[in-house]
Amino acid sequence: MKILVCISKTPDTTAKIAFTDNNTKFDTNGVQWIINPYDEWYALVRAIELKEADAATVIHLVNIGGADADPIIRKALALGGDEAIRVNADNHDGYFVASQIAAVAKEGNYDLIFTGKETIDYNGSSIGGMLAEMLEMPFVSLASKFELSGTTATITREIEGGAETCEVALPVVVSAAKGMAEARIPNMRGIMAARTKPLNVKEPVEAESLTTVASFGLPPAKAGVKLVDADNVDELVRLLHEEAKVI
Amino acid sequence: MSVLIFIDAAEGKIKKASLEAITYGAHIAQQLGVSAEGVVLGQITDDLATLGKYGVQKIHRVADEKLNNLDAQVYAKVIADVATATGATVLVCSNNVDGKSIAPRLSVRLKAGLVAGAVALPDTANGFTVKKNVFSGKAFANISVSTDIKIVSLSPNAYKIEAGEGTAEVVDFSTTVEAPKVKVTNVEKASGEVPLTEAEIVVSGGRGLKGPENWGMIEELAKLLHAATACSRPVADAGWRPHNEHVGQTGIAIAPNLYIAIGISGAIQHLAGVNRSKTIVVINKDEDAPFFKAADYGIVGDAFEVVPKMIESIKKMKGGA
Repeated sequence: MKILVCISKTPDTTAKIAFTDNNTKFDTNGVQWIINPYDEWYALVRAIELKEADAATVIHLVNIGGADADPIIRKALALGGDEAIRVNADNHDGYFVASQIAAVAKEGNYDLIFTGKETIDYNGSSIGGMLAEMLEMPFVSLASKFELSGTTATITREIEGGAETCEVALPVVVSAAKGMAEARIPNMRGIMAARTKPLNVKEPVEAESLTTVASFGLPPAKAGVKLVDADNVDELVRLLHEEAKVI
Repeated sequence: MSVLIFIDAAEGKIKKASLEAITYGAHIAQQLGVSAEGVVLGQITDDLATLGKYGVQKIHRVADEKLNNLDAQVYAKVIADVATATGATVLVCSNNVDGKSIAPRLSVRLKAGLVAGAVALPDTANGFTVKKNVFSGKAFANISVSTDIKIVSLSPNAYKIEAGEGTAEVVDFSTTVEAPKVKVTNVEKASGEVPLTEAEIVVSGGRGLKGPENWGMIEELAKLLHAATACSRPVADAGWRPHNEHVGQTGIAIAPNLYIAIGISGAIQHLAGVNRSKTIVVINKDEDAPFFKAADYGIVGDAFEVVPKMIESIKKMKGGA
């Protein structure tokens, strides 16, 4: 069993969001970088659990990024990845990134490819689907449960107002949502072992970008809260009905 | 040339998110001076012709039972066939569960740039640029698409449904439909509840409610307002509420008309998932709770006193109205 887990580097969830260069670039000043939470907590940890259940399983990690992504890749290795591939390229658009991962995936011949359901920076939720199309594999998105029996995966995915369970034969691309696994913290043994695990750097393949960011912006600030006395709940209900017109 | 809108359904019924997508797609078509057409897959019980009132002029139907459940690979092939046959230059769908599976595949298949999660009409004055949320709602980006065909998936609850007059012409589209590789074996519907991502009102509870046994009043308030229930991350992590109710940066991002946060302090990760709500009401006994800074209305007070009063007050209002 060979599993490929796609990991992206994103700003920490508490990072202050600001832009530079006339609002065309994300201001990385003082930003702490983490593994995209969906990639780490759910996709990677579920892969590790599968490996714990079957020692013959191998987990490869793939990241598209510069050398500044190495610390988060080492962390993913410390958690339990066996080997990492970093494609040395700037993060263009989703199509470019998916093209790079597809090239890695074709070479590695994986049975299972996990991504997070989306990154917390660009919120594109596109890489898994694009990758699946490039590899001509089925794709199951927003998985909240993943079980494997031989070469058949049983996957529960979120749908509007419920959940749907489906079966699919490997190979398959799956995007992971909350529920698929529980977040872990790397232990000392893992951190020590990660130092000597292979982190192979590859140059990107030729690929296009289909979209570009023209500009960024921040949402307008709220005008300020209108406080209502706790003894006057009727007034709040009146405001919601007559002023905000939402109930 | 046309705008082609993917209209999705569940159990034969058109989803609300698709009505938003139709309105949005019809407005793009008007802007570009082209026709608005739709594509519907699987066996549908709803009357498709009436969707014309949302602005779609023609609907291509592929009523193959193999399309009754979503297999993104099979769907993408059929939608791409319709897009090619009709000469569509813009494809529109909702960025809901189905859209998130299908749109990226279509992007590859048609080599069409994708903007996932649009929140406004594209700017077509000079190129094709679409606004979307990034950094989990903490910012937005204007994305330019440079390919001949463009794909835009619309963020749920970001665009108002507009119904007017009109009937759509419904035509059967014939193409090869592959056998699905993804077999749906079970569908679990949370019965009687409003789906969180489609809800116009959401009532949400946090740690301030002290335990799962106290959710009765949250559910009662939600029922009264025809609202969905949600919760903060610590509540889901503690197992007080199911994971699919967790809203926030690492849960579900929502944008209802009204979000009522009860006993939630408003950590930055939580705000990221809910700050697109049009009106936010915060009820918290800590006057320094950061959520008040992001709220439109607030009550500093004990939820266990305020919420029952609110329920009474709304009942009174509804009774009198």
